[in-house]
Amino acid sequence: MTLVLEAAVLGVLTGGVYALMASGLTLIFGVMRIINVGHGALVVLGAYLSFAASRSLGLDPFATLVITMPVMFLLGVLLQTVFIRPLKTDREALSVLVTYAIALGIEGLLGYFFTANYRQLHAWYDTASFPVGDFRVTYVYLFGFVLCLAILGAMFLFLYRTTFGASIRATMLNRTAAQLIGIDVDRVAAVAFGIGMATAAAGGVVFGITNAFNPGSHYDLISRLLTIIVLGGLGSLRGAVIAALIMLVSEDITSVVISPVWASFTFFVILIAVLIVRPQGLYGVRVRERL
Amino acid sequence: MRRRLISASVAALGLTLAACGGSTTPTAPAAPITIGVSISQSGDFSGDGAALKQGYDLWADDINAKGGLQGHKVTMKYVDDASSTQQVVTNYQNLITVDKVALVFGPFSSLLTIPASTVVDRYGYAFPEPAGGGPQVFNRGLKSIFFVQPAAVEDNLVSYTKWLLSLPSGQKPASVAYATQDDPFTQPQVDKAKSLLEAAGVKTAYYHVYPAETTDFTPIALQVANSKADAVILGTQLPDAVAFAKTFIQQHFNPKTIIETTGPDQGSQFSDKLGANTEGIMVPAGWTPAATAYGNNKFVSEFIAKYGGKAADISADAAEAYSVGQVVDQAAAKAGSIDNAKLIATLHTGTYNTVQGPMSFDATGKPQGGVGVYIEQWQGGNAIFVYPSTVASAQPEYPKKSWQ
Repeated sequence: MTLVLEAAVLGVLTGGVYALMASGLTLIFGVMRIINVGHGALVVLGAYLSFAASRSLGLDPFATLVITMPVMFLLGVLLQTVFIRPLKTDREALSVLVTYAIALGIEGLLGYFFTANYRQLHAWYDTASFPVGDFRVTYVYLFGFVLCLAILGAMFLFLYRTTFGASIRATMLNRTAAQLIGIDVDRVAAVAFGIGMATAAAGGVVFGITNAFNPGSHYDLISRLLTIIVLGGLGSLRGAVIAALIMLVSEDITSVVISPVWASFTFFVILIAVLIVRPQGLYGVRVRERL
Repeated sequence: MRRRLISASVAALGLTLAACGGSTTPTAPAAPITIGVSISQSGDFSGDGAALKQGYDLWADDINAKGGLQGHKVTMKYVDDASSTQQVVTNYQNLITVDKVALVFGPFSSLLTIPASTVVDRYGYAFPEPAGGGPQVFNRGLKSIFFVQPAAVEDNLVSYTKWLLSLPSGQKPASVAYATQDDPFTQPQVDKAKSLLEAAGVKTAYYHVYPAETTDFTPIALQVANSKADAVILGTQLPDAVAFAKTFIQQHFNPKTIIETTGPDQGSQFSDKLGANTEGIMVPAGWTPAATAYGNNKFVSEFIAKYGGKAADISADAAEAYSVGQVVDQAAAKAGSIDNAKLIATLHTGTYNTVQGPMSFDATGKPQGGVGVYIEQWQGGNAIFVYPSTVASAQPEYPKKSWQ
C-alpha cells in the first residue's frame, strides 16, 4: 500500500513537470492551430542551454532559468516569424513538416556542439530526499513541482488578468473574429510561440536534472506530450494539466501494482475511453465543421 | 602485326616478371578501400555509437600507418542509423550496393545487428561486429557474422554469479532483485543469472522486465528498493543505469552489491553523472584500460593522444570496435586477401588476438575459448577488474560502501 501511495505521489510530482512541458504545446496549438512536433526538441534544447549556463557560469540549474527562459522566448518569436508565419494555407498539415524540420535542425546543432554523449544537470538536491511517513520524497521532484505551479500560475494570471492575455484567448477562440475586432493575431501568435518555448525551457531544466539526455531524447518526449494534449483537449491549458497528472499517476501506479510493461498501455486505455465519450478530449471545445 | 604481337608479349612478360620480382622490385600499391559502418549518431544508442566510431577511426589510423590492410589504404565511411532497426538495414544495403564498400563492420547493439546481419549475409560480406551478442544473433543459421567480444552475451553475468556463490555462507546474499529492459542484449544475461542463482537456492525478491522505450525508471527503481534485496542485478543501458543508481541514493537503499549490464563500463559518461557514488557498482566487462592483453597499452596511449582525457574515460565500446579491426587485420593476413568469402572461411578457424584478449569463433560466429567476461567494479574513481583473481587488480569491495 505504501508503494502505491509513493507511486501516486511520484506521479503527481512528475505529472506537474509534464504539465508544464505540455502547456506550451497546447497554448501554441490553441493560438495558431499548428501541431508543434518540435516541442520535445525545444524542451531538450532548454535542458542543454541550462547545462551550458550551469557549467560555464557555475549557476544552480534552476537559477539558469533567468537566462534560458528569456533566450528561449526570443528564439520562439524568431522561429514563429521566420518559419510559421509564412504558412498561409493548409497550416495544420504543413506545420507538422515545418516543426519537424525545426526539431531535426535543433537535434543536429546540439549533436554538433555537445556531441551525442548523454548529459545530466547536477545539483545538491538531485539525490537528496526527506521522509514522509514510510517513504521518501525527493527534493528535485518537489522543487520541480513548485516551479511548475509558479509558472503555470503566472501563465494563467497573464492569460486571464491582462489585456494581452485576453487577446491570446480571443485568438484561441476564433482567429478570424479576433482579427475583425482589431487584434494583431500575428503578434499574438509570435508571443504565444515565445511563451511556449519559455515554458519548454522551464520543463527542460527539470527534465535535465531527473534524466540523462542527449540530442535524440526528444522523440520519446514528444510522443508523450502529444498524447497528453489530446487527452486534455487540444488548446486547453487546464486539460493539459489534468491529463499530465492522469498519465503519470496511472502509469506509475500500474508500474508498481501490475508491471512496467502495462504502464503505457493503461494510459492509452484511459485515453481511448475518454475519446469515445468526449472526442474533443477532457476540456477541448467541439468545433462545428463547415458543410 | 607480328611486331605488335611480339611487343605485347614482351610487355606482358615484363609485367609478369615485375609482379614476381620479389622484394627488390617495387610493386604498385594496392587500391585504397572503403569500410562501411552504420553508426548510431542519434537516438538511444548515440553515446555508444560515438564511442564505436572512435575505436574504428583509431584502428584505421593504425592500419594505414603500417601500410594499410594487406596494402590497401583504408577509409572509413559512416552513416547514421538513428538507432533505428529499419534505417540500419537501409544503410548496409546502400553501403554494399551503392557505395560498393570493400568490407563492412558492425553497428552498436544486438537490436541493430540482428536485422543488419541478414542483409549483409545476403550479399556475401563478412560481418565482424563489436556489440551484437544476444542469442538471436547466432540462432539464424548465418555463417558470416563474428561477434568480437570475449563471450556470448547470455554468459556475461556468469562470472558474477560464480563470484556471488563463492562467498562464505555468512556473507552470501540471501535475496536478489532483478530488473531488465526487454532488449536482446540485456534480458538474456539477466535471465541466465537469475536461473543460475535460483538453482543455487538464492531467493528472487523481485523480477520485472520493462520496455526498452521506458523513459521514467523511478517507479521500477522504487520497487527494487522496496524489495530490500541483498543483491541487485539490472539489465540496463547508460540512461537507466544512472537513473536506477540515483533513485537508490534518494531512497537510501544500499544493497550489498549492484551490477548493471551496461553503463558503468562507459568511463566518464557514467562517472560524471554519479561522481563519488560510482563506488562499488559493478559491470560485466571484457576489457579495462589496465588489461595486459595484446596491443592494449598501445591502444590506450594512442586513444588518449587522439581524443584526450584519461584512461578511465575510455568506453569499452571503443575497445570492442578497435578489436574488430584487429581481428580483420589478422584474418586478412592469414588469408592473404581481403576477399569477403576468404575472410569468412578464415575467421571460422584459428585464434585472433585483440585488446580484449584472444578469441576464436564457432560456426555461428559465437566467441569461443572460454576467456569469459570478467567483473569490473568502480573503486576510488576507476573501473578495475576484481574477478576472477587471475585478472583482478584488486579485491572485490563487498559489501559495497554506503552512498555519499
